[in-house]
Amino acid sequence: MTKKLRLFSFTGGIHPPDSKQLTENKEIEICKVPEVVTIPLQQHVGAPCEALVKIGDKVKLGQKIGQPKGFVSAPVHSSVSGVVKSIETVDLPNGGRASAIIIENDGEDRPDDSLKSEKELEDLSREELLNIVMEAGIVGMGGACFPTHVKLSPPENKKIELIILNGAECEPYLTSDHRLMIEHPEEIIYGMKVIMKILNVSQGYIAIEDNKPDAIKTMTDAVKDEKDIQVLSLRTRYPQGAEKQLIYTVTGRQVPSGGLPADIGVEVNNVCTAAAIARAVRLGQPLYQQIVTVSGGAVREPKNLLVRLGTSFRDVIDCCGGWTEEPAKIISGGPMMGTAQHTLDVPVTKETTGILLFTEKKAAQAEPSNCIRCARCVSVCPIHLLPLNISAQSLLSNYEEAERLHAMDCIECGCCSYICPASRPLLQSIKVAKKEITKARKQNAQAKQATESIKR
Amino acid sequence: MSKFTVSPSPHIRTNESTSRIMLDVIIALIPAGVVSIWLFGAKSLWIILLGIVSSVLTEYLIQKLMKKSVTIGDFSAAVTGLLLAYNLPPSAPWWLVVIGSFIAIALVKQVFGGLGHNFMNPALAARAILMACWPVRMTSWIQPGTDAVSAATPLALLKASDAASSATSSATVSGATAASIEIPSLWDVFSGNIAGTIGEVSSLALLLGAAYLLYRGVISWRIPIAYIATTFVLTFIFNGADLSNAFYQIFLGGLILGAFFMATDYSSSPVTPLGQIIMGVGCGILTAVIRNYGGYPEGVSYSILLMNVATPLIEKYTMPKIFGEVRKNV
Repeated sequence: MTKKLRLFSFTGGIHPPDSKQLTENKEIEICKVPEVVTIPLQQHVGAPCEALVKIGDKVKLGQKIGQPKGFVSAPVHSSVSGVVKSIETVDLPNGGRASAIIIENDGEDRPDDSLKSEKELEDLSREELLNIVMEAGIVGMGGACFPTHVKLSPPENKKIELIILNGAECEPYLTSDHRLMIEHPEEIIYGMKVIMKILNVSQGYIAIEDNKPDAIKTMTDAVKDEKDIQVLSLRTRYPQGAEKQLIYTVTGRQVPSGGLPADIGVEVNNVCTAAAIARAVRLGQPLYQQIVTVSGGAVREPKNLLVRLGTSFRDVIDCCGGWTEEPAKIISGGPMMGTAQHTLDVPVTKETTGILLFTEKKAAQAEPSNCIRCARCVSVCPIHLLPLNISAQSLLSNYEEAERLHAMDCIECGCCSYICPASRPLLQSIKVAKKEITKARKQNAQAKQATESIKR
Repeated sequence: MSKFTVSPSPHIRTNESTSRIMLDVIIALIPAGVVSIWLFGAKSLWIILLGIVSSVLTEYLIQKLMKKSVTIGDFSAAVTGLLLAYNLPPSAPWWLVVIGSFIAIALVKQVFGGLGHNFMNPALAARAILMACWPVRMTSWIQPGTDAVSAATPLALLKASDAASSATSSATVSGATAASIEIPSLWDVFSGNIAGTIGEVSSLALLLGAAYLLYRGVISWRIPIAYIATTFVLTFIFNGADLSNAFYQIFLGGLILGAFFMATDYSSSPVTPLGQIIMGVGCGILTAVIRNYGGYPEGVSYSILLMNVATPLIEKYTMPKIFGEVRKNV
C-alpha cells in the first residue's frame, strides 16, 4: 500500500525545475570499463585507508586494497582485476586531494570471493551482517558518504524504532535512485530487510517524491507481500531528501539541533545504499560500482550509467558520446549541493551520484548586488534560520555572532542562494562561518585541555 | 588554468532579480496612477513623472559623486519617486517634488548605504519632512474634477465634524469646518472620487495592484492584513461600535496605499514572520490612535515611520525558533 504524505511536509524549501526528463526514462547502461582506474584511499567521511597493496601487485575485482584506520572509516576495493601501477596523490571530485591506488585493468575481471557467504539472510547473525556491510566498504550513497556500518551501530541507549529508505532524490537532474527503484526494487527491499535485521526493527518506510509515480508504483508492487514495509509518496519539494526534513515529513518529529536521527529512534539510509548492502550480503560483492546520472545541457547523450569506481569523469563522459558544445561547468553531484570541477581527470568515487555538464549560458554567474532584505531566504530556509543575517555577520568576519544566529545548524541545502534576487553568496558565506566556528571550537577545546594539563 | 567555471553550490538560481521585483511594484502602482490622472488631470501625470525623474536623477548624481557604481537600473529609485508622488497633493508645486526626491534618495537612502540600508521608508520620510516644512502646501487638497476646487479630505471632514460636535474641543481644522461639505458616500471613498494625495484616493485601484503583488509573491499578507485589521478593529471600538465608520476609515486616507506599498518596504520592515505581524499590528494601533485621538486627521505615514525605526528591535525579539531547537533548562 502507498501512503500519501502530500499536505504534511517540512516548511520552507523551493521547487526548482527538476530537469529529470533528460534521463528519467533511460535504462541504466553499463559504462565501458576503462584501461586504468584510480581508487582513492578516502572516499568517505572519517579516517583515510592504508594501502594494502604495493606497486606491481596483482589484484582481483573486488579485492580489498585499502584498510580502514579506525572505526569511522570504510575499506576500498579494486573495481577491476589487473596490476597496481602506482600510488599517488590525486584530485578528488569533492575538491579535496587524497592518496590513490592506480590500477591497470587486464580486462579479465577475475573476481575476489573473500566476502562471499554461503549462508542465507535468515541464518546470518546481526554481527555477521554488520561485518559484511563494513567489509564491503558501504557508505551513505546519497552523497554524504558516512560509513554505513557506523550508522548501523547506534549507541546502546538509543533504541531505533523506524527505518526510512530515502528515495526522495530531490536534487534536480539526478535520476540514479529513480532508475534503481524501477529496475531493481528487489535489491532495495532485500537491503532494507538486512538493515531491519541488524537494527532489530520491525517498521520500515520507503519514501519517494511524488514526481516519480512509476517508481512509487514499482516499489509499492514490490512490497505488497511485506507487512513491515510501506511506500510513502512525498510532496515534491527540495530539500525533501535532506535527512532531517525527511524524518520530519514522515514522522512529524524533529531531530534535535546538534543531534542525530538515532536520538529520536529513526535511521535513514539511501535506496542505493540498501541495494549495495543487498549485493554485498547476497552476492558477496563489495562496493566497487555506482550508478551515475550524466546529464546537463552540454552532454551529447544524457544517460544513467553503472560505473566502476575509479573511472575518470573523462571516460564516463566519453561513454555518453562526449559533448555537443564545450561545457562551461562540470558538476559532481546535483546542481544544488554538488561540487564544480576544475578538471575532467577526477575519478568517480562512492559519492558520485551524477556528473552534470552545464553550457556557458547555464553556468553564467550573476553579479551580486545589495541585499534588499526581501526575506525570501528566510521563508525558504528549512531550518528557519535568517540566512541574510548570518551571511552579513560572516562577511564582516564576525563569526561569534554568526554562531549565535545558529550558523552551525545550516544543512547547506542552498535554498537561500537559489532564491536570492540579488544573487548574493549566502550559502558560500555561511559555509565560511561554519568553518571558522569549527576552527575556533577546536582551538578552545585544545586551550582548555592545555590549561587542565598544566593544573594537573 | 582551468577552462571550467569553478564556483560554490548551488549551481542553479531563480530568474527573480531585484529589478524584476521593483518592476512588479511599479506595475502594481499603475492602476492607482491611472485613476488619479483621470480624477485630477494632467497635474497628476506631471507630478508622477517629475517624482520618478528627479529621484532617479538624484540617485545617479549621488552615485557618480561618491564614485560608486550606478544602480538606477534596479528601478528602486523609480519606485521611491513614484511613491513620493503618490504621497503629494495634486496641487503640489514642482519644487516640492524635487526637494522631496532629494530628501528621499539622498538623505534617507544613499547616506545610509543605498538600497537595502535605509532604516525608514524613503518616500514617507520625505513626506514627513515636507509636511513639517510646508504644511499648507502639503495639505492643499482639491476636489476631483477639472475645475480644481479646493477641498478638505474626508478624513479631515470626519475629524472636523467630531471636533464641532464636541463642545469642549477647540480643535481647529479651519479649512474643513468652514467647508462643512457633505461627507462622501462609501462608494466614492472606495473608488477614489474624493480629495486626497495623488496615489491614495482610489482604494479599488490600489487593491488591484496589491492583489498582483501578493500573487507575484513580492509582498506577504502579514504586514498589510495585520495593519488593516488592527486599524479596523480599533476604529470600531474607539467609535462606539460604528461599523460603517470603521469601513470608512480603512478606505480613507493613505491606509491602503500605506499598508500594501509602504509598510511592506523590505529594508525598513522586519524579515521575521512574527516580526512582520507585530509591525502590522503596531502600525494599526498607531494609526487608529492618531486618527481618533491625535491632532492630525491622518496617521498612516507617522505610524509606519515609527514602526520602521522599531524594526531592528522587533527583529531581535522575534527570531524564529529553529528546526530541532532544544529549549534549554526544560
